[in-house]
Amino acid sequence: MTDSEAGPSYEVLIERGKIREFAQAMQSESPAYEGGAAIVPPTFLTTAARWAPPRARADTGFERARLLHGEQEFVFHGPPPRAGQRLWASERIVDRSEKSGRRGGLMRLAVVVTEFRDDEGTLVAEARSTLIERAKAAEKPTEESS
Amino acid sequence: MSGTGAGVEVGATGPERTFGPLTTQMFVRYSGASGDLNPMHYDHAFATKAGYPSVFSQGMHQAALLATFATDWLGAENVRRFHVRFRDQVWPGDVLTCSGVVTGLRDGEDGRLATVELTCTRQDGSVAISGSADFLVA
Repeated sequence: MTDSEAGPSYEVLIERGKIREFAQAMQSESPAYEGGAAIVPPTFLTTAARWAPPRARADTGFERARLLHGEQEFVFHGPPPRAGQRLWASERIVDRSEKSGRRGGLMRLAVVVTEFRDDEGTLVAEARSTLIERAKAAEKPTEESS
Repeated sequence: MSGTGAGVEVGATGPERTFGPLTTQMFVRYSGASGDLNPMHYDHAFATKAGYPSVFSQGMHQAALLATFATDWLGAENVRRFHVRFRDQVWPGDVLTCSGVVTGLRDGEDGRLATVELTCTRQDGSVAISGSADFLVA
């Protein structure tokens, strides 16, 4: 797929047990994340990527060894999704830029947005990841005194 | 416990929350819960071979801890935006302190929204992640 094009959408079923497991990993004891009416914690939708078919992932083309996760944002267009809700996720790259690395070379950035829509196509939530490919010159920082 | 955020004003701060000392088991638990199985966060041999002194925590793990602090403060159902910037690595044994302050109030589509600045610091004062979020407060 090209940058502007959204990838094929994939099903994301919001599961009660997965919410509980995630809440435990975030050391939360909030009742909001328990029971049949559990809602998702703010960063929970990061788990959706697990179910993405390979072709659905936005491809930045960045070299894995130099890849950093710079920023992450979740936007909810209403109350957070609930257990039992079915969403459809699709990813696309919305922005690319380049910067000079601190030790020379070129650092590349890409912003990947995942949209989560319900069965009617209503936008429920968005996840926005800023990914960074470090400059090549930064690969050997050991010679620099710190 | 689930706060409603009623009466929130600019400058109001949430009750600070500390997490830790962090353990590799916590990183493993987050790996399983999130589906991010990067061995850098639980396989010591893998991490040291890559040049790190040990395994280290996932940035998204700290983001999740910061989210626990924020939703205990302002209510899990009220979150409308949650943003984090990853700044410093977090190691086994670290103790993290999460704090937040209300920096703005405005009227959104479904009610009054508070913007909060969020910070997760290590025991030496360095900022592991900084963030911001919007919560409905009325």
